[in-house]
Amino acid sequence: MNLLIKGGRVIDPSQGVDDTLDLLVVDGVLQEMGAGLTAPAGSTVIDATGLVVTPGLIDMHVHLRDPGLEYKEDIVSGTRAAAAGGFTSVCCMPNTKPVIDNKTVASYVVNKAREEGFANVFPVGSITQGSKGDNLSEMGELKEAGCCAVSDDGRPVVSGELTRRALEYARGMGIMVISHAEDPSLAGDGVMNEGYVATELGLKGIPWVAEDSATARDVYLAELTASPLHVAHVSTKGSVRIIRNAKARGVQVTCETAPHYFILTDEAVRGYNTNAKMNPPLRTESDRQGIREGLADGTIDAIATDHAPHHKDEKDIEFDLAMNGIIGLETSLPLSLRLVDDGVLTLPELVEKMSCAPARILGLARRGTLVPGSVADITVIDPECVWTVEADKLASKSKNSPFLGWEMKGKAVYTILAGKIVNPL
Amino acid sequence: MGDAALFNHKHIIALRDLSADDIRLLLTTAENLKEINSRDIKKVPTLRGKTIINLFYEASTRTRTSFEIAAKRLSADTVNISPSTSSSTKGETLSDTALNLLAMKPDIIVMRHNISGSHYFLAKRLSCSIINAGDGAHEHPSQALLDMLTMKERFGRLDGLKVAIVGDVSHSRVARSNIQGLTKMGSHLFLAGPPTMMPPGVERLGNVTVCKDMREAVDGADVVMMLRIQLERQGKSLLPTLKEYSRYFGLNREILKLAKPDAMVMHPGPINRGVELASDVADGDQSHILNQVENGVAVRMAMLYHVCGGGTVDAG
Amino acid sequence: MGESSTVILDGMGVRRSLTRIAHEILERNKGVEKVVLVGIRTGGVHLAHEIALRLEEIEGVKVPVGAVDITMYRDDIKGHAPHHPVGKTEIPFSLEGKRVVLVDDVLFTGRTIRAAMDALMDHGRPSCIQLGVLIDRGHRELPIRADFVGRNVPTSLKESVVVLFDADNAPVNVLLEKEVP
Repeated sequence: MNLLIKGGRVIDPSQGVDDTLDLLVVDGVLQEMGAGLTAPAGSTVIDATGLVVTPGLIDMHVHLRDPGLEYKEDIVSGTRAAAAGGFTSVCCMPNTKPVIDNKTVASYVVNKAREEGFANVFPVGSITQGSKGDNLSEMGELKEAGCCAVSDDGRPVVSGELTRRALEYARGMGIMVISHAEDPSLAGDGVMNEGYVATELGLKGIPWVAEDSATARDVYLAELTASPLHVAHVSTKGSVRIIRNAKARGVQVTCETAPHYFILTDEAVRGYNTNAKMNPPLRTESDRQGIREGLADGTIDAIATDHAPHHKDEKDIEFDLAMNGIIGLETSLPLSLRLVDDGVLTLPELVEKMSCAPARILGLARRGTLVPGSVADITVIDPECVWTVEADKLASKSKNSPFLGWEMKGKAVYTILAGKIVNPL
Repeated sequence: MGDAALFNHKHIIALRDLSADDIRLLLTTAENLKEINSRDIKKVPTLRGKTIINLFYEASTRTRTSFEIAAKRLSADTVNISPSTSSSTKGETLSDTALNLLAMKPDIIVMRHNISGSHYFLAKRLSCSIINAGDGAHEHPSQALLDMLTMKERFGRLDGLKVAIVGDVSHSRVARSNIQGLTKMGSHLFLAGPPTMMPPGVERLGNVTVCKDMREAVDGADVVMMLRIQLERQGKSLLPTLKEYSRYFGLNREILKLAKPDAMVMHPGPINRGVELASDVADGDQSHILNQVENGVAVRMAMLYHVCGGGTVDAG
Repeated sequence: MGESSTVILDGMGVRRSLTRIAHEILERNKGVEKVVLVGIRTGGVHLAHEIALRLEEIEGVKVPVGAVDITMYRDDIKGHAPHHPVGKTEIPFSLEGKRVVLVDDVLFTGRTIRAAMDALMDHGRPSCIQLGVLIDRGHRELPIRADFVGRNVPTSLKESVVVLFDADNAPVNVLLEKEVP
């Protein structure tokens, strides 16, 4: 099955390409990029005139809830949401039931995704067994089973000593450590960002320093151990500053943020909106600007969603009791395109952060690029398509989004997984 | 009176949602209803046939009793329900409890809940009126209204009053409602307390000055309102000992002298004698604590009366 | 839609009516012993004070005057229409064994009077209640009649009767207002 994508604006920052070109895919592999290509007989042809063609988008931070929490999401529904949002690869966090802390669970995820999924799934194994923060997981075996990184995401590794050893051990195994940077004693039982809005609403606050101090610790430990570190879901201007300085010193640190941190602030919590409740919490306008500056100057390498599906019963309750997190796979692309409209990033820079950088950080070979010989994971985007987010049209099982009812501009019109069109189906 | 503004809220959840006219109307109604409470027959037929459920997720004697008496003096039928918080977190959700109660066709649910914002959650789901008897650290509108009525009776106005509030503002819904309400009525609030108990941004909540110590707040005040130190909440790391708290943030005769000579001393109760309030001040001439309790019934009668006539759904 | 109004009782007419009512009260009660006046807010209160002045002129005795607000006794309080503001009931004397003359400006359906009588009963047990009104416009819906009437005015349901007072709460005149389609 061959595929020819004709006349699109092909943007591939991995090789500095931004031009009107054709792409030829043969047997799931990108065969040729050039002008005026002709398709072999029987090829499917996509006319991409006026559309943007990029390496398949990669979301390096999602929760697929499979195994064990399939009432929120599973590998099939989650990858369908990924495909609908233009993502060809997702990295799923290990806070499932059981935790992805051994090769058996990791293999289950990899195999189920390969057989039934609509996107590549690279599991993230846990740093510690059961993500309990006591003993290291079998990182070598996790990597062999297909894990692209390790993280105790959802909770921090409280012990500094254990974090140090995890960084050292993971370096030896050649696997990336992803930090959920949070000091739980400073976060306390807070439910939103500490500040004026929390004071007015009478809700307990989480101060920015709960994130910044943990980011600083982990960055220093990466420096000490000369190990690579990736910091997840950066939400404060302070964390951006810490990472910027570390990078300048040559520390091997990378980081990601999520669209809600550069679109929303803690004002979105007003009305006790549980779809604006997540961890880290939505911060202030000055943090939002700090995140945008970090994106613009390259401090923030990647945009991930922290797609966190929750059942209606876990969100449609009193604010303090509601679960943290929002879904994001199907709104990430148009929200991120706003950065281009706002002049924060160029379109190639955005593609870099949503595809090339995640592949490079996690070592996903032949992904995040359109170099001939790569896996033909391709996203075709209509940047002008205007649409409205509606709960019943979302592919995700869960509908916990603060963007329901929002008008969006930009949509993935084709998502191509190893040469096969998975969106639209 | 004649053409005074009409009350157009179906619920009373937060003074933040009410206008100065709304507050004025509630206070005037309460003033006019006080007479009923001194009759031999303390009952009017106004809300005959109405059913009011007092749903209290937190223990409360005085607020619940006050709402219950208010309802009964208006001839409404009242039912008190106190689901214990522990069993409700394990078992039935607030939404299910409320829908079950709604099936019994109440006209008003008066609720106290430990989680801020629970009343908005309920108001979106139920067709009856909701009155907030205190939610988390958010608001306690009936307490602030009775405080304002007590001040208005004493001074004939609220405009231009200097009101000191001393104590744990962070955890205080009484403080938040008073800041919202008194600011709308033209008073100026001066807050004092240990910085561990002063929430960030509180000066933006209204016409508020955060003072460096208690003396500065009380200096020249018309009203000194002491907040209850709640041992169960502040046991952690917010203050060293009650003894030290009392020394720096307790109201005694000496500090009260800094206020205007005719200043009122108020407290939402229950009092920790000898901690935030010295006994001789609590029982002294300037104490209006029992007037506050008395006014509580009239204010709550006014709230019940006016929400029954509400025509529109509150924003929020 | 507009309104047209005609004066059905001028200032002089109002004053004469009140004086006559004062005399009738004295006659009926054989003086002012145990007589108290209670006006219904707001017009009735002003008229009760006017009548009290006349009683004092004639008998040389100050008759106690109270005010009753019937808002909390209305029978039309239904959820979800904004309510009437509540006025103050001030009856600074006991009603036990008193001969109460209830005063209102206009007698119409009788529902206000029913509410006022209920309110009075909650304040004590008078030996009797009599009713004085400046205007009786008919259309009773309850079995109530006035003991003392200033003027009977036949009206249609589309009309309304308004008693005007000046800034000192003294009655000015009485208007009959018609809706003009």
